[in-house]
Order: sequence, then structure tokens, then C-alpha cells
Amino acid sequence: MTARQLAIVKDALPFLLKAFVNVTLPLTALSFLLALLISVLVAMIQYAKVPVLKDLCRVYIWIIRGTPLMVQLYLVFYGLPDVGIVLDPFPTGVLVFGLNEGAYMAEAMRGALESVPSGQLEAGYCVNMSYTSTMWHVILPQALRTVFPSFANSLISMVKGTSIVSAITVVDMFKEALDIIGRHYEVLPLYIEVALIYLVFCSLLTLLQRLGEKLLGAYGGAR
Amino acid sequence: MMLEIKDVRKSFGKDGEVLKGVSLSVDKGDVVAILGPSGSGKTTFLRCINFLERADSGQMVFDGNVYDMHSIKKRDIAAVRRKTAFVFQNYNLFLNKTVLKNVMLGLVHGLGMPRALAKEAALSALERVGMADKLNAYPSQLSGGQQQRVAIARGLAAKPEIIYFDEPTSALDPELIGEVLNVMRSLADDGMTMIVVTHEMEFARSVSNKVLFMDKGEVIETASSEDFFNNPARERTRAFINSILTKGGVEKKPLSEPQPQPQLGFIDSTR
Repeated sequence: MTARQLAIVKDALPFLLKAFVNVTLPLTALSFLLALLISVLVAMIQYAKVPVLKDLCRVYIWIIRGTPLMVQLYLVFYGLPDVGIVLDPFPTGVLVFGLNEGAYMAEAMRGALESVPSGQLEAGYCVNMSYTSTMWHVILPQALRTVFPSFANSLISMVKGTSIVSAITVVDMFKEALDIIGRHYEVLPLYIEVALIYLVFCSLLTLLQRLGEKLLGAYGGAR
Repeated sequence: MMLEIKDVRKSFGKDGEVLKGVSLSVDKGDVVAILGPSGSGKTTFLRCINFLERADSGQMVFDGNVYDMHSIKKRDIAAVRRKTAFVFQNYNLFLNKTVLKNVMLGLVHGLGMPRALAKEAALSALERVGMADKLNAYPSQLSGGQQQRVAIARGLAAKPEIIYFDEPTSALDPELIGEVLNVMRSLADDGMTMIVVTHEMEFARSVSNKVLFMDKGEVIETASSEDFFNNPARERTRAFINSILTKGGVEKKPLSEPQPQPQLGFIDSTR
């Protein structure tokens, strides 16, 4: 690496980190929270076989999983204004990433719920507990333990997935890098720099996942 | 008469009629053994009378209240379950809860008992089954016999009028069966009303006072257990008892002998 490249990489770092902390992180966090809510709700509706709603959930999952994320992003940001729905770039990102990942997470969550032995619910009934109460105290905690690695997977995937948000004018870390490249024409070092920042952060999340699994594994894990 | 079940019928789609009109009456303090070959509908019958399966037809009279077993309302099911406890073949302890929490959960969130009272009731029930020293263990850290004793305590803690046992020892290793049967025997000695679906002939003979013998969804014989084992009225019953005897089922499990205590590696719950 030349001295010039080194200087550019060094100068770029604070700008990249700032964009990461101010945009990439909140975008990921909010999108993931939304996805989490959606997935648990959608999975529980299907598990409880709520009439009509469970069919709507299947349609939602079918559409989201059957169309590209980029198309969904464009559709909401550039398409919906045609019918009078105009959203700011950042909320659009949160909405689309949340809805998108929510569909995948809902399927993982449904699988986790269905993997809880049916005897657990029956045992709840036999000690006078209601469906809701058994769900809350017994089924859901066990399912969340089972689904935890899969959800961590989704979170890690989302951190990087948000880098396409520049397509709808949000200046996240990757867009910041593109702008810097545009000014200096130093391509490779900056891409590597951005990649390393993502890598470091995702490594941190991987460690957290392991820690979380250890904590949740206190009852011997899912069997 | 505390509990009377009349003419329970139940079919499952592909299996056809699994219960072809089963009736049973239970007095306070009765220990009823439901016997019969595999697939005779014993377990289905037990599940029907606790409404884990909905019978196609049948009538239940519980403490003078009459219920139609097919069209019974949710509220009535809850009322019946409040008076009963159910012990499953595979224990079904709440896997994410400690021993103590397993017993408390239903008391607090099912019966609305204050936590302190629930804990007291749970502790005394666990003491009753000899599991008070494992309060903070999780089910996965217990042997099958220990799990089943906790499951019995879980039922017992709510002070039920009657406890249903669905093959409570069938999933257990042979050396763990004794500790569970001993708990059940001591409950019977205390006058607890029990309905026990079982393959343990010696237990049925020595503990139960009434036997319901089923085959292919029908009641072949209802008798006092003395008559059933010593003086069976029906040919089918005789054949069944003989087949058990020739397999050595009765002779090989003498419960009067002291049961070996299981030597289990204790798993540290703080691991």
C-alpha cells in the first residue's frame, strides 16, 4: 500500500465509523426489532391456527420470500409515491428490511414452536393453565431458546444486508465509502476497509450469540 | 359415587372406533386399574375423561354434576380438571422450569394461588414424593423415575379429588419403576382416589381394588381386583392373565421386595 493510500484509508476511518454508528447500526437494530415482532406474531398465529389470519400470514410469507429484497425496496420507495404513499428513506429501509427478514424469521420461529413437544401444552391444561398462560410460560420460552441461533443468524445477516440501502438515498457506511472512493479513486483499499469494519462487528455479534446460548442453555438446552 | 362415566365412544379417522361404549364408576378412595393389551383403548379412555381427547359421545357425572362428554363447555372442562390431576407416561414436565417451578406453575397461573402459598404446597408435595432435595434441578438433569415423581407431585399439589395415571412406569428403565410405584402405593394407602392405566400386574393386584379389563375398545370385565385375578369370570380375561403369567410378568416384579435405589451420577445444576 502506498503512503497516499494509507493516508486516505486513515482519513476515511472516522467518516466510515460515524456512518456506521449513526445509520447502519440504528437501521439494523430497528429493522431487526420490527422483524422480531413480526416473526413471533406471525408464527404464533399459525401455531394457534387462527382462522383467516393464518392464511394472511401464509400470503405475506409467500410474497416476501418470492420477491427480491431490492425490488421490495424500490417498490416501496420509488413505486408507492405513484399511489400517494411517500415515505422518507430511512423509515422505508426499516420497514422493508423488517418485513423482509420477518418472513424468514417467522418460518424459523414456527418450526421452533412446532418442535416443542405437544405434551407440554397438555401438561399445562392438566394443571389448570389456559392456552395463553401455557404458551407464555412454557411453549414460547422453549421455542425462543430453540430459535435463538437462527435469529442471531438473521441479525448478523441484516447488518450486512442493510448496505443496499444506499439505493434509496440513505447514506450508510457503504454509501459513505462509495462517496470517498468517488473523490479519490482508491477502490481496493477502501472496499477492504469497509469489509473489515463489517467483519469486526459481526465477529462481536458472533461472540454475543455464543454468550447468549450459554445463558439460555441453563436448563440443559432444547431436547 | 364420585365419578361415573357412561358409554364413552370415540373413533379416530383411520383407526375406526377405538372406544365402543366404555363405562366406569369410581367411589371415593377407589384405586381402579385399567388393564388390557396394547391398542385396547385404555389410554384413549383416560384421555377422554380428562378431555385431552374429545369423545364422540358419553356422559360424565362428577360429584353430582352431569356433563355430556361430547358437547361439554370449556368452562366445565376447566371445572372437571380442577378436581383431577393427570400423570403422563412420558412425564411431560415443563422442560424450561426447575422442579419447584414445575409444581408451582399451575398453582400460581392456573389456580391463581398466591406465590407464597403455592410454594408451601409445592414443597410439601415434593416432600411427599421424596424430591424435596432437587428443587432447583431441571427435568433434563433428573432420571426418568425422578421426573415421574415430580410429575406426581405437580398433580398432587393442587389437591385433586382424583389422579389419573397413564402408564406411569412404561417409559422407565426397569430399575426405576419401583420408586414410582412406591409413591403411588403410598398415595393409595392414604386413601387417594386413583385411576391407573398400567401393565404392572403385580401393582394392579396388590394396590387396586377395582379392575377394568379392556380389549379392542370394549370392556371385557369390570370386577373387584380380588375376583379379577383369582376368579376371572370371562374366558378372555383368563387367557390374558395366563399370557401375562407365562411371560413371567407377575413373578418377575415382586414389589414386596425392597427396590434397589438407583445410583445415578448427580448432575450439578450450576454446571
